[in-house]
Amino acid sequence: MPHDTTSKPSAHPSTPLIRFDAVQKTFDGENLVVKDLNLTIHKGEFVTLLGPSGSGKTTCLMMLAGFEVPTNGDIFLGNQRLNSVPPHKRNFGMVFQNYALFPHMTVEENIRYPLKTRKMPAAEADRKVADILGMIKLGEFAKRRPTQLSGGQQQRVALARALVFEPQLILMDEPLGALDKQLREHMQLEIKQLHEQLGLTVVFVTHDQSEALTMSDRVAVFNDGVIQQIDTPSRLYEHPANAFVAQFIGENNTLSGTIESVEGRQCRVSFGEGLRTGALIGPNLGAGDATRLSIRPERVKLNGSARALPNRLQARVREFIYLGDHLRVRCELAGNDDFVARVPVDDFSSGMQPGDVIELGWRDEDVRALNAS
Amino acid sequence: MSTAASSSEAGPAGSLKAQLRRAERLRKLKAFGLVAPLALFLIIVFVVPIGSMLWRSVDNTELESVMPLTTAGLQQWDGMGLPDEATVGVFVEELRDSRQGGGLGRISRRLNYEDSGYRGLLMRTLRGLPSVSAESGGDWTQTLVDIDAAWGETSTWLGIQRAAPATTDRYLLASVDLERDDTGQIQRVSEGERLYQAVFQRTLVIAGGVTLICLALGFPLAYLLATLPARTSNLLLILVLLPFWTSLLVRTAAWIILLQSNGLVNQSLMASGLIDSPMQLVFNRIGVFFAMVHILLPFMVLPLYSVMKGISPSYQRAAVSLGAHPFAAFWQVYVPQTVSGIAAGTILVFIMALGYYITPALVGGPADQMVSYYVAYYTNSTNNWGMAAALGSILLVVTLMLYLVYHRLVNRKQLIRN
Repeated sequence: MPHDTTSKPSAHPSTPLIRFDAVQKTFDGENLVVKDLNLTIHKGEFVTLLGPSGSGKTTCLMMLAGFEVPTNGDIFLGNQRLNSVPPHKRNFGMVFQNYALFPHMTVEENIRYPLKTRKMPAAEADRKVADILGMIKLGEFAKRRPTQLSGGQQQRVALARALVFEPQLILMDEPLGALDKQLREHMQLEIKQLHEQLGLTVVFVTHDQSEALTMSDRVAVFNDGVIQQIDTPSRLYEHPANAFVAQFIGENNTLSGTIESVEGRQCRVSFGEGLRTGALIGPNLGAGDATRLSIRPERVKLNGSARALPNRLQARVREFIYLGDHLRVRCELAGNDDFVARVPVDDFSSGMQPGDVIELGWRDEDVRALNAS
Repeated sequence: MSTAASSSEAGPAGSLKAQLRRAERLRKLKAFGLVAPLALFLIIVFVVPIGSMLWRSVDNTELESVMPLTTAGLQQWDGMGLPDEATVGVFVEELRDSRQGGGLGRISRRLNYEDSGYRGLLMRTLRGLPSVSAESGGDWTQTLVDIDAAWGETSTWLGIQRAAPATTDRYLLASVDLERDDTGQIQRVSEGERLYQAVFQRTLVIAGGVTLICLALGFPLAYLLATLPARTSNLLLILVLLPFWTSLLVRTAAWIILLQSNGLVNQSLMASGLIDSPMQLVFNRIGVFFAMVHILLPFMVLPLYSVMKGISPSYQRAAVSLGAHPFAAFWQVYVPQTVSGIAAGTILVFIMALGYYITPALVGGPADQMVSYYVAYYTNSTNNWGMAAALGSILLVVTLMLYLVYHRLVNRKQLIRN
């Protein structure tokens, strides 16, 4: 169930640019790939559609670009209904997964292409192409062909080509998927900076949750053709609306239990063999319901640090994994032997061995009781 | 000091190179072993026959092999008056000997290319020669002139002299409607005898036409195949390849049956009221185009399909998203990327079409025969291998030159693979 769809960062003036209104899409007439999409994208916003493959996020982007037609419902640009506008008249810049740079044209010709289709006077087009080549720092590569560039350079050319005609909306379909980790992180920041500098409105599709959190103003988490939650990165991480979002965004420990009592936003949950913890209650839950507890590994404290916390539990250590800046401690707790605590290296006392019993602790606010399904 | 240092560096470096060579040697031997059978096969069935064909187009050893002394003597002769008595004597001697071992047939066929009267002249001369030997007679020139007055004319001996050298350019010249006159100057053959320039032109026109029709028909088909879902496109691809399951001769004969005056095509056209009397669709240029396009179309479709299969549909989408009309996107972004496929397909079809023989021979009229027909004619009917080889060689050279020009044009346009 969509939750919090109206919340958005206050940083942007709320001028709606794109509106999906009860959009459905099916390819085979049997299964809905997109079930009931309602989404508003505001001017100047960076919205990411995040989800596993087959969740409907790319189909949404393709409907927005005009390459797919909604089976039901409407897409609006301002007050104009977009459904019947052909893709070449939508004036959206698009960056494709493998860049789709034209191999028979030079870098310069590629960037000039959208200006040529708009019959822009040569002098003006020259100036714009030169400007944007300077902006992406590829001026000296103007006469090269795309295949002679590195992946990151090709990515920048694709970006420049989508930006040069100053479209009102930029669509990006997993544009960083083909780059290695370091370059990907660098390009994330570069795209983010361009977004802020030029005041672009961006719709970005990815299946990489850290990429979504890094870049976006708002993230729409897709699963099974439905937006599970659309929110700012921090709220998505700290207040996941359901178990899917909790699991998909960041690392997460889960424990199955039953809600015993509810007090406002707080509740008591019993789990395992006679264990109890306080938790924040999720939507649509009440006393007696089965629930899935969600605890982030970095919120779990160990031994001495756990002493002052309201919820303290005994767990058996299975494994220590040293990761330089922190330590992952894998424990067995209430039948879950993949319960991970992420602790600073300083907290680690060298006496501990796998097989030892240690004390884990957390605050009530760090646990969320979510729908069990 | 420095020399010592450099030599100590050169030592290990040299041995490193030697080690590399040794390590690579086995690999090279293996690679050579793998290609050796094919290389041998190619040398035997490809390089040697083509070499021998090229040689035969200038080979002129018939006279020399049968009459070695006469040809040597005639090459000393200045071409004025008549050859000296010794040469004529040797000629008579060797003419007599040529009756054994088929030599007479060879030289009379060769001399007939110079002038069609030589065979009769040689036969008459042999019959008229007295049975006495050269030593007893004396004046051989007079004896020959007595048998036939032609021996008293300089031009008779000049013809033999022209046929004497071991190599000749007469076949190659004849293949492009040129010849040498009595003084050795190259000139065009008389109007009525000009044939081969028209044949070459016709060959290029038919091959070019077939190539263009194949491209026009094959490009949309290949595009469809490349964009359809795999299952459908595989089925269609089998249909494209289906003609290969029957022999070329059967397919060509089938076209005769379909296109003849009371064939299926004419009957349907008449039944539908489009025409009143049968159209002439076969034994003319139309029939040649029908049959050759049908046979060669797969060779256009397959290279195009393989190139188009590798072009991601996102290119056209990208162009459309950048504001190009779908037709413009197709023409500006898709077609240029298929250039390598167009190049491969057209050159394949064109070169195959250049050598077509059976199909035009069966479904074409007399004015539709291509160079290969004349090559076959000279090889099978008149045994003039020199002429057959010369036509073949010129076709080979023309093809190579066209290929080079084409290669250069396409490479300049393409540049994709850089």
